[in-house]
Amino acid sequence: MQITVSVRRYNPQDKETPSYWQEYSLEVEETSSVLDSLIKIREEEDGSLALRCSCRSAICGSCAMRINGHAKLACNTKVSDVAEDGGTIKVEPAGVMPVIKDLVVDQTLFWDKVKQVSPWLQPEGEEPEAEYLAPNSDMTHLAGVMACIMCGACVSDCTVLEMDPNFIGPAALAKAYRFAADPRDDQDASRLAALSEYGGVWDCTRCYECVEVCPKGVAPMDRIMALRDRAMEAGYTNNNGARHTDAFEASVSHSGRLNELTLPIKSFGVLNLPAQMSMAPVAIRALMRRKIPPIIHKSVPGVKNVRRLVESVKEEQQDEQAAG
Amino acid sequence: MLEHDVLVVGAGLAGMRAALAAHQSGANVAIISKVHPVRSHSNAAQGGINAALTDRGDNWEDHAFDTIKGSDYLGDQDAIEYMCTEAGPELIDLEHMGVIFNRDDEGRLGTRAFGGQQRARTFFVADFTGQAILHVLYEQLMKADVRVYEEWFVLELIVEEGECCGVIAMEIATGSVFVIRAKSVILCTGGLGRLFEPSTNALIVTGDGIALAYQVGAPVMDMEMVQYHPTTLKGSGVLITEGARGEGAHLLNKDGERFMQRYAPNMMELASRDVVSRSEQTEIDEGRGIDGCVLLDCRHLGEDLIAERLSQILEIGMDFAGVDIRKEPIPIQPGMHYIMGGIKTDMDGRTIVPGLYAAGECANVSVHGGNRLGANSLLDTVVFGHRSGRHAADWANGKAYRDLNVDDYVDGKEKEFSDLFSRQTDERWSQIRLDLGKAMDRYMGVYRDEEGMQSLLAMLPGFRERFAQASLQDKGRVFNTDLIFTLELGFMLDCAESIVLGGIERKESRGAHSRTDYPNRDDENWLKHVLVTRTDDGPEVSQLPVTITKWQPEERKY
Ligand SMILES: Cc1cc2nc3c(=O)[nH]c(=O)nc-3n(C[C@H](O)[C@H](O)[C@H](O)COP(=O)(O)OP(=O)(O)OC[C@H]3O[C@@H](n4cnc5c(N)ncnc54)[C@H](O)[C@@H]3O)c2cc1C
Ligand code: SF4
Ligand code: SF4
Ligand code: FES
Repeated sequence: MQITVSVRRYNPQDKETPSYWQEYSLEVEETSSVLDSLIKIREEEDGSLALRCSCRSAICGSCAMRINGHAKLACNTKVSDVAEDGGTIKVEPAGVMPVIKDLVVDQTLFWDKVKQVSPWLQPEGEEPEAEYLAPNSDMTHLAGVMACIMCGACVSDCTVLEMDPNFIGPAALAKAYRFAADPRDDQDASRLAALSEYGGVWDCTRCYECVEVCPKGVAPMDRIMALRDRAMEAGYTNNNGARHTDAFEASVSHSGRLNELTLPIKSFGVLNLPAQMSMAPVAIRALMRRKIPPIIHKSVPGVKNVRRLVESVKEEQQDEQAAG
Repeated sequence: MLEHDVLVVGAGLAGMRAALAAHQSGANVAIISKVHPVRSHSNAAQGGINAALTDRGDNWEDHAFDTIKGSDYLGDQDAIEYMCTEAGPELIDLEHMGVIFNRDDEGRLGTRAFGGQQRARTFFVADFTGQAILHVLYEQLMKADVRVYEEWFVLELIVEEGECCGVIAMEIATGSVFVIRAKSVILCTGGLGRLFEPSTNALIVTGDGIALAYQVGAPVMDMEMVQYHPTTLKGSGVLITEGARGEGAHLLNKDGERFMQRYAPNMMELASRDVVSRSEQTEIDEGRGIDGCVLLDCRHLGEDLIAERLSQILEIGMDFAGVDIRKEPIPIQPGMHYIMGGIKTDMDGRTIVPGLYAAGECANVSVHGGNRLGANSLLDTVVFGHRSGRHAADWANGKAYRDLNVDDYVDGKEKEFSDLFSRQTDERWSQIRLDLGKAMDRYMGVYRDEEGMQSLLAMLPGFRERFAQASLQDKGRVFNTDLIFTLELGFMLDCAESIVLGGIERKESRGAHSRTDYPNRDDENWLKHVLVTRTDDGPEVSQLPVTITKWQPEERKY
């Protein structure tokens, strides 16, 4: 089939030119992946196109990028699933992380967050001579989380992270869950305490984005919710807690954190769509995920907008309260 | 000045295990890798890792025997004994570090069956064992706070007065060239799969370390032993794990016949890889294939088992072949998968260059001989990674850093680069690499003969000439993948030379080396390793006897 691949290019060595779109037209097989097309461009047409890729089979986690506005692995996205014959595929670097060149982003932020959750097994007491005994069901359950290939697709599209760099984020929290739920690990209490702090499990807006984009079925949001349950059970009751409220009140004015955006949903009620429409596109996006075409899905308001939004939410809340 | 007691090149299983061992020995250790550690090719290992656990009623001698028989008696038996006795402790170590192995009903580590072995001794994590171990080793590296030069590309080894004392490397994000000084260097750069087209290997697997060692005069050994895996997808070369056959999948020809009953009546689909690949190739060559393939049938395994244990294969089938393995058989063919040969080392990982060590797929301590058993490679990487890390740390201990003229090394590289950047031709790495890969697949594939190998040898100078002409389209230094691929092609050409020379030298059929002009194994003359060493007068081929402890060569039947 004939396709056009429109690639968001950026070369830091060319100070004059900011990022721009470049179009490549090419003929590919029906079964080709987007990665196959990019490799074809690189090998046959334009060797200056930079991207990371290695395994071609969704296991090394190198090739996460935005395809038609959503983070995906280029290697397991079929061309025919994202474009018609003669159609155009838009390819951009992953979000949230700074671009090094073309489709290559700097993943330092991603790994810093992973390191933040002390991602290694911490058993206590004497090591057994043989293996630790553990139920197979626990292990297969954890394998579902361990299947994470650290591609960063979830981080790229996390609606909170794009506003608030303090949020630990979906991949790292899923990793944290992997230890908290490991019967061999004995640091549950300290892990859960740390994860209940600002930037931790309570900052997720449950927008579902990470679950949607994860190519390995890790479902980070579900893991975050499971961590919340565990944290509550362990006595870290943060919901509606004064500390929490204070923390997000204080932080929102500088970083525009998204937790506030759940407020209109709560105050208007889930079914009152028109009222919510008047709120930020982000909130709508969180709520109506599947109903909105990708084109709207992409637009992202800046922190300023969030700040303004927060103000308006507060006003409306006050009005609401005043109204009784 | 960047400097470390021990510098590990490569962050796959072998590299990370080596770094942890050197760290535990008290050395100042760093890892340098051209990709982030978790992107290393070890993550592709789906099936599992072998170990004979005594408390399961298994024993290391049976494992050793299966390995030796699998190697077609070309493996060195002292090294195999060591690997098989260390397998248990090494596996338990991995479990203690946090690897989530599948369990049996009592909560102990569970096993699955793999090819070429008398009993099920393959431990696994669903069907992403390599990834699961790789990520846990990286966790340990983060815990130990080992320095990682992430996305740095090693260009050359520095050898002065016969001793290896560092590397010249390029930071990919900036394109800057650096010298990293070290008292010992461990090469853990993995295999060379992309030298063949197609291959199951990831795009980064280009034989860099094997060539780096070869270039400084370290001999490579048994390079003709190239494993073709029996179940790969046509075209892309993507692998379907042996785990599928381990769980009971069948191989069928176009008539629906389970043809393995004619080649290996006892072990059937689970015979050694070389045996199964040859059987498939024969079926295909004799017209009983379909479109260059035979069929792998998983349907009778049931949806539950497929979902729990072969989920990745289910995904791969859908994504790459458009086949739902629960509903229809999937077409597969033999495809290049693994290099048994590599840099010759002793059991401590030492090469003949003092200070230079090697472990993992790039090395050849000779535990795989003529044919590697499935799930023995991961074992090889951790066992010998561990041991070489310890020994490289010992070597570095108490040694002083050598005074290096850093500027000379950097300037020399910059000069080479500016020549390369200024070339203006239509020749590019991509076309040369494709042509080379196809030639390797054609002449060094499942079946070989003198004529084919000689014609390949005669083609190599032509490839080198084209390579010398190759020019870049990306003229910048920041994340220049055009440059990296070109440099890798240079490494591949060196590897190709040693493979062809080894193949021509070995005038018999053993393991993966099946010659139609010498169809039989010849223990009288060829119970020997073939070494290729680069000298000032060109490559030199020599031989070394195989080490035999207590298992005398027997006929190999499955
Ligand atoms: C699809 C597939 C499935 C497999 N399944 C199994 C299995 O089930 N069981 C089993 O035992 N084995 C299996 N194998 C084989 C096994 O995975 C490999 O042999 C093994 O993982 C190799 O590990 P390694 O540490 O030696 O190298 P790798 O994991 O390949 O790591 C090489 C490292 O070297 C670095 N490097 C290379 N060149 C340079 C350079 N120039 N500069 C800097 N760094 C460099 C890379 O960045 C990388 O970090 C499989 C192989 C494949 C291809
Ligand atoms: S569900 Fe939570 S973690 Fe996932 S993308 Fe949304 S805000 Fe981020
Ligand atoms: S959770 Fe999924 S999307 Fe996020 S890094 Fe892991 S594999 Fe990628
Ligand atoms: S290339 Fe490895 S995940 Fe896509």
